[in-house]
Amino acid sequence: MKGSGEYFMEGNIACAEGALRAGCSFYAGYPITPASEVMNHLSKELPTVGGRFVQMEDEIASIASVIGASWTGLKSMTATSGPGFSLMQENLGYAVMTETPCVIVNVQRAGPSTGQATKPGTGDVMQARFGSQGDYEIIALSPNSGQEMFDFTIRAFNLSEKYRIPVVLLADAGVGHMRERVKIREDVKIEERRRPEEGEKEFFDTDRKDHVPPMPDFGDGEELLVTGSTHLGDGTRDTSSFEAQDKLVRRLVAKIEDNREDIEDWEEHNVEGADLVVVSYGSISRPARGAVKKAREEGHDVGFFRPKVMWPSPEKRLREIGEDSEVLLAELSLRGYRMEIERAVPSENLHVYDRLNSLPTIDKVYSKIIEVLG
Amino acid sequence: MIKAKDIKEKYIRRHPSPFCPGCGGGMVLNSMSRAVEESDVSKDDIVAVSGIGCAAWIPSPHWRVDTLHTTHGRAIAYASGVKIGNKDLEVMVVSGDGDCAGIGGNHLLHGARNNIDLNVLMINNGLYAMTGGQVAPTTEHDEETLTTPYGNPSSSFEAAEVVKAAGAGHVARWTTYHMKELIEEVKKAIDTTGFSFIEVLTQCPTRKGKKEGMDGLEMLEWYKENTSKDEDSDKIFVGTLSEVDRPELAEQIYQQIDEVGGDLR
Repeated sequence: MKGSGEYFMEGNIACAEGALRAGCSFYAGYPITPASEVMNHLSKELPTVGGRFVQMEDEIASIASVIGASWTGLKSMTATSGPGFSLMQENLGYAVMTETPCVIVNVQRAGPSTGQATKPGTGDVMQARFGSQGDYEIIALSPNSGQEMFDFTIRAFNLSEKYRIPVVLLADAGVGHMRERVKIREDVKIEERRRPEEGEKEFFDTDRKDHVPPMPDFGDGEELLVTGSTHLGDGTRDTSSFEAQDKLVRRLVAKIEDNREDIEDWEEHNVEGADLVVVSYGSISRPARGAVKKAREEGHDVGFFRPKVMWPSPEKRLREIGEDSEVLLAELSLRGYRMEIERAVPSENLHVYDRLNSLPTIDKVYSKIIEVLG
Repeated sequence: MIKAKDIKEKYIRRHPSPFCPGCGGGMVLNSMSRAVEESDVSKDDIVAVSGIGCAAWIPSPHWRVDTLHTTHGRAIAYASGVKIGNKDLEVMVVSGDGDCAGIGGNHLLHGARNNIDLNVLMINNGLYAMTGGQVAPTTEHDEETLTTPYGNPSSSFEAAEVVKAAGAGHVARWTTYHMKELIEEVKKAIDTTGFSFIEVLTQCPTRKGKKEGMDGLEMLEWYKENTSKDEDSDKIFVGTLSEVDRPELAEQIYQQIDEVGGDLR
């Protein structure tokens, strides 16, 4: 684990360093481009800080063992890319249903299917939100720099512990493989899952406003009932009653919906009343931001908006922006975040710069801005 | 020996059970409970992991220990995380033949290769019972099932032999007819530091017995007549197939942490 200071560091390494700093004590994974560096680094560093590292037989086993380890009280994590993320979807839903804290890093690459393993893409945005069966909400963060690979990995652990939910770090090959200056800080805020108080016996229901029940560990003598089937507050499986299904699934969704204010995060510049607002995220938001800067220098009234948390999406703010301004979505895919932006922004106000395979130059995005401004 | 009433009180919860009349699931639950009672392990240190299917419902929610009822086929993978997460826990896996050797076959192979300290009971009834009696990897060649109405064109999978070849520390096969031997074998599994695999041939009177004209008791008698503790017999061998001493994964991981000076998190 690196001491505090500034380093010239690859994004995936910054992610691994963030995990070490956040208190990660269990990592399970399977090699895949462009995410492997997270695992390579942790295989060496995690044991030195007393954490457990294991390479599993596939991504299904990786996330399964991460969930199992989380129930022994460990902050647990895996990292993968598209094909592996697809394999993880069923057990991701299991983590949602059983309210198991864990962090899943998806360093997205160009898809669909095997696609282009070393090339960036953000085609998994909807999958992160809807990839597993049934009704649920999830948290997904989108870093756009080496620094955010470090910072957001820590926040991913904190949010997962606080809300007892799997948190997805939706990186892409652009930020994962980019090397730049990363500041490692030691004074980071660390959240821990809430433990049961004396006499608290309901680990799968609560009357608390934040909807988060306490979580004991295996071996605490609680005779825990953890199941992916619909269950009552004490964990007992209930495969048929209306009340059990209604109460549980509504709470799982409310856990995110009602805590939006605490979870949501974005950056915005010169958005109010702008003629055009460029909305972008992930690695392409870097040249997009550069293009906005250039357009402003040329005298155009252009703003910039970047969701740092993709799910839950900043839908209220997006709606406000879409009412007052034209919007240009710049993303590294054709379908990544588009449907969500279309939901918030009137179609007559929405323009798209979609790019595949690689990052555009600032001038390419700038040309599109000028084209939209007419 | 502990009385049945006391076993029930100490180890079993949530009555009634979901099992069909004559099912062997309850017998497996009884044998696991008795094995724990007669061993040195504390009930609070046991985590029972299961997947999907009738067998997965044997521990969850009925066994009064920590239970982790997971997704189809993945019990061994989840259990590996529990064991590596806290190696002081005694991790049991109860998995049907479809769950364990079909959809979960890859995890079974690698659990055995890793020789990770799990106690896996594969409850083998020879078909997918919960979903209506479809063909399984353990169904005999030519056997008729719901999805092999003209006979099974495939052949059965000798899971115990495969697990043995993959390097598991302890491999055995028994049936629900052999309750005393099964209890002793589960005790041996608990005492083994390594991957223990016990195939338990278990009667399913509803999906298999009915089509063959046998009730639960008759199926138990079939097990009695068609199994042998003699390896040279033509009958199905019951007993310990293999015991080998190989490095165990969780211990190795903890040892490496210690060697590089990590202060356990």
